[in-house]
Amino acid sequence: MAPPRWVSLRPMLTALELDALLLSLQIALAAVAVSLPLAVAAAWVLARARFPGRSLLDAAVHLPLVLPPVVVGYFLLLLFGSQGPLGAWLQEWLGLRLVFTRWGAALAAAVMSFPLMVRAIRLALEAVDRGLEQAARTLGASRLDVFLTVTLPLMLPGVLSGCVVAFAAALGDFGATITFAGNVQGETQTLSLAIYSLTQTPGGEAAALRLVLVSLALALAAMIVSERLAQRVRRQIGQA
Amino acid sequence: MDATAPPRLRVATRKRLGGFEHRCEIDLPLAGLTALFGASGAGKSTLVHLVAGLLRPDSGRIEVGGEVFFDSARGIDLPVHRRALGVVFQDARLFPHLSVEGNLRYGLRRAGARAQPARVPFDAVVALLGLGALLTRAPHTLSGGERQRVALGRALLAQPRLLLMDEPLAALDAPRKAEVLPYIERLRDGFDLPVLYVSHAADEVLRLASALVLFETGTAVAAGPLTELLEHPCAAPLRAGADAGALVHGRVAGHDAGDGLSTLACEGFALRVPLLDLPPGAPVRLRIPAREVALALSPPVDLSITNRIEGRIERVIERVAERADAPGPGRPAPHVEVQVRVGPGTVLAAAVTRESARRLALAPGLRCWCLVKSVALHADALLLARGRAAEAAEADQAGRAG
Repeated sequence: MAPPRWVSLRPMLTALELDALLLSLQIALAAVAVSLPLAVAAAWVLARARFPGRSLLDAAVHLPLVLPPVVVGYFLLLLFGSQGPLGAWLQEWLGLRLVFTRWGAALAAAVMSFPLMVRAIRLALEAVDRGLEQAARTLGASRLDVFLTVTLPLMLPGVLSGCVVAFAAALGDFGATITFAGNVQGETQTLSLAIYSLTQTPGGEAAALRLVLVSLALALAAMIVSERLAQRVRRQIGQA
Repeated sequence: MDATAPPRLRVATRKRLGGFEHRCEIDLPLAGLTALFGASGAGKSTLVHLVAGLLRPDSGRIEVGGEVFFDSARGIDLPVHRRALGVVFQDARLFPHLSVEGNLRYGLRRAGARAQPARVPFDAVVALLGLGALLTRAPHTLSGGERQRVALGRALLAQPRLLLMDEPLAALDAPRKAEVLPYIERLRDGFDLPVLYVSHAADEVLRLASALVLFETGTAVAAGPLTELLEHPCAAPLRAGADAGALVHGRVAGHDAGDGLSTLACEGFALRVPLLDLPPGAPVRLRIPAREVALALSPPVDLSITNRIEGRIERVIERVAERADAPGPGRPAPHVEVQVRVGPGTVLAAAVTRESARRLALAPGLRCWCLVKSVALHADALLLARGRAAEAAEADQAGRAG
């Protein structure tokens, strides 16, 4: 039986490099998975709901985009650190420790990429024809039913592109991750952190270049896959 | 005697929309096709949106077939999806991510629990609207007319108790419109389903409707059977222009297959028309266009024209040349419209050139004969009669049951 293709990367990448690659993928995927439902909810609220604190929420969602990533990481430490209100609660009730763990890295990546994902999804939501939703309502569908069977399928291309942008941003985060989750090899040392560490190590230039090429390939692959997917969905819903 | 009187639509609502207030007070039997007629922006579509629940009245009450949809006094506002109405919009609003069949079944699936077994079955709708060949197609590959037919079917399959149609043909060009119109007639006659039909097109209203609600500047000004309301000032566009004419009611008195003619017994006179595919006694409605009626001041002899109907001139109406795109006061039309009373409830209209009217000194009170060529009463006028075939059969049954 032929070994899976990635195994053949072994001769090209050292164990450290391979660790960083797989870890990055895991963390970025987890970040996207965790933030997706929240991002859809936030996009819906920002696009459709009218309430007094809306612009405040809008600002809060976009904060990670304008703050220095280190500051975001610092806030995360305050909130989710072992002494932080949320961190203590999570550790006590779920036994989940975030600081210096891959879960913490995923959280930092998720927070950093959240605004980008919300933006893309919100744009897609605002482009959905309200008339179609009205038609669905008159055909006997409740609000939730309409959202799941009409709105969501129609905004799928936007959701997909939001996921890809968020995935890329999560892969690339540096400041928030290193501040909140540290730079622990095999646990929180993602591609970006590994590249940084290698450039700081004498003789690490070649390995750093290899990882740079890997992240380049990863970003390109994600873009191509998402473009293909979005095109297929658009064709299916007649927007091609 | 009749325990199952038709359900009623009762609306008494106020709704502020931008600069003006939409007021509606109507109480109608829900049977057949009721046209909501008036100029654009007169409030017809608003009524449809209020009834469907897509707009919320500021105050008032809406009741359909005994169920209260909205009552501001009692704090009732039934959610849109529980009103069990079918709505056909001007733009078909098909779901682009579903196939034609997926669209058709969307409402059917959700009506499942409420209407079991389906009163309007899937296959019947597909057959009636000729959708069989389209089922696997995607909406964006359909023509405008096909799209509107699918929208009709989708609304029907939601098993509605009332079908609301909001200018369903307004976005279509003339050939597409002609393609879809017969399907609307079929669904009107094929299913025992009341229809509210918004339109500002006179030809659609005259062809389809049995009752009328007239709108003017946000207010429903009158409601009732079509024939009674045709004389209302707000119904003027229905009578206007080159398409002016009279609606005549009668019953099939007999057929003369050899000559290809049928005889209709109308109120006080008989009409010979091209052969009708209707049983004797069936009620028939037809429109006699004013331009197909000529006038004579003495009983005509040696004339090929079959229908000669005696009457008395009631009015001579000046017409303005009808050009919708010409702003300002129009030029006088080359003809005047002469209205001739030929029976207690029937007035025929004749388009007569201004010059002839002067030469014959046509004036109210004058006795005259209306001349109508039988062959002139073709397609246009008789489509009305054919569309009513199902209704005629029903009336026949009701008569026998009584």
